[in-house]
Amino acid sequence: MSELASESSNTAPARTVVTGIGVAAPNGLGTAAYWERTCAGVSGIRPVAHFDATRYSSTLAGEVPDFDPADRLPDRLLPQTDHMTRLALVAAEQALADADAGSSDDDPFGRGVVTASSAGGFEFGHRELERFFGQGTQFMGAYMSFAWFYAVNTGQISIRHGLKGPGGVVVTDHAGGLDAIAHARRQVRKGTRLVVSGAVDGSICPWGWVAQCSNGRVSTGSDPAAAYLPFDSRASGYVPAEGGAILILEDADAAAERGAPQVYGEIAGYTATFDPPPGSGRGPTLRRAIDGALADAGLTPAEIDVVFADAAAVPELDLAEAEAIAAVFGERTVPVTAPKTMLGRMYAGAGALDVAAALLAIRDGVIPPTVNVRRDGRYPIDVITAPRHTPVRAALVIARGHGGFNSALVVRATTAN
Amino acid sequence: MSQHNLGLADLRRLLTESAGVSQGVDMDGDIADASFDDLGYDSIALMEIAARITSTYGVPIEDDALAEATTPRLLLELVNGH
Repeated sequence: MSELASESSNTAPARTVVTGIGVAAPNGLGTAAYWERTCAGVSGIRPVAHFDATRYSSTLAGEVPDFDPADRLPDRLLPQTDHMTRLALVAAEQALADADAGSSDDDPFGRGVVTASSAGGFEFGHRELERFFGQGTQFMGAYMSFAWFYAVNTGQISIRHGLKGPGGVVVTDHAGGLDAIAHARRQVRKGTRLVVSGAVDGSICPWGWVAQCSNGRVSTGSDPAAAYLPFDSRASGYVPAEGGAILILEDADAAAERGAPQVYGEIAGYTATFDPPPGSGRGPTLRRAIDGALADAGLTPAEIDVVFADAAAVPELDLAEAEAIAAVFGERTVPVTAPKTMLGRMYAGAGALDVAAALLAIRDGVIPPTVNVRRDGRYPIDVITAPRHTPVRAALVIARGHGGFNSALVVRATTAN
Repeated sequence: MSQHNLGLADLRRLLTESAGVSQGVDMDGDIADASFDDLGYDSIALMEIAARITSTYGVPIEDDALAEATTPRLLLELVNGH
């Protein structure tokens, strides 16, 4: 089987555009708050507030502020949802409202939902398993049957908004947000008019925290301004976060036909690769993912105005990413940014939120900065450490998942932009 | 089966706490003979309620019997052994 999953096709497929964005981010709930603070370099990384993490090896996280679920969701949904599902439902509602597609007389089978997840509803599962093992099997609730599953956000969004078309979930760790959007594009190309996609992820709870910290890549720093420093000589791991973005993907003609209020841009190219196993003697495959995504979009490297990096903040992973970017674009040529330095890494949510940021960069002609990072000559890339006002016509987003997942996705302005 | 004496107020509290209240439904109104469907409780909500009744009051509830208890009054009769 080929390691390359290109999306190329001989016949010109329908164009897939983004018409709505909903955001739940540690520096802002809602697209406007998130984007304003992101362009201003405002960080959302703080000591963990969801539980007492002071006795754990890592104590910082990116948690979504100003979120009272009882204010934002129907009462019936509260007993059956994990925290990250509640965030996803709010982001989905915002995205559909933004696209003016919240209620539709359209055929419900023409509207689908594809999200990504890395851990499902971990905190919900933690609570129920505690009762199961602590009190007895009969103390586990019926909602456990779905509330902790990877597919739960897809299911809840589908039920709440009557989306009866294709549904699915992608589980590829940090690469998931991009892979879900790519799968949503496949569904649009196959004839589904509208697909709700992206990812909201996170498991900042005692059990989830132990699971994340065990991977050895979580920063143990206690200074929020120095704990997550990708492409920096002080890099020592990442800060976990919760949140992400939900996007509304539509067939370009269908969006125009119904009079969608705006088109943020087109999902123009995508490729995923999987790295060979350690010891195979074969190198990493991120470069092939980037090359493939550009080819799929029909763009040359010179036509990409900004790269949103995966930014692992693990030195060997940072170097591999910087070298792949330099191999495609040339050394220190294209601007590279990692706004997730303000947020932490939100697993599947990260790629989806970076796609939202890329589309907003196109809209406003501004590249959001990488914060706290001191540029380091060993990485052959041009890391943007202050907001840059410049026209953005096309952007590349990179996301990598634990165990060898690489995904690259290109968004570009449409003539409507 | 031992006798239990679960009242409407107890059931109302269990429903509200473990499955929430649907918009537009007045749980303080006369709900004894309203269908769970009209009250906004689907089959999984009723399984959740049944699990809570079992764990709180020690009353086992069979799935088939639960499916036939379509109103609060019928569910109370099932639990209380009438």
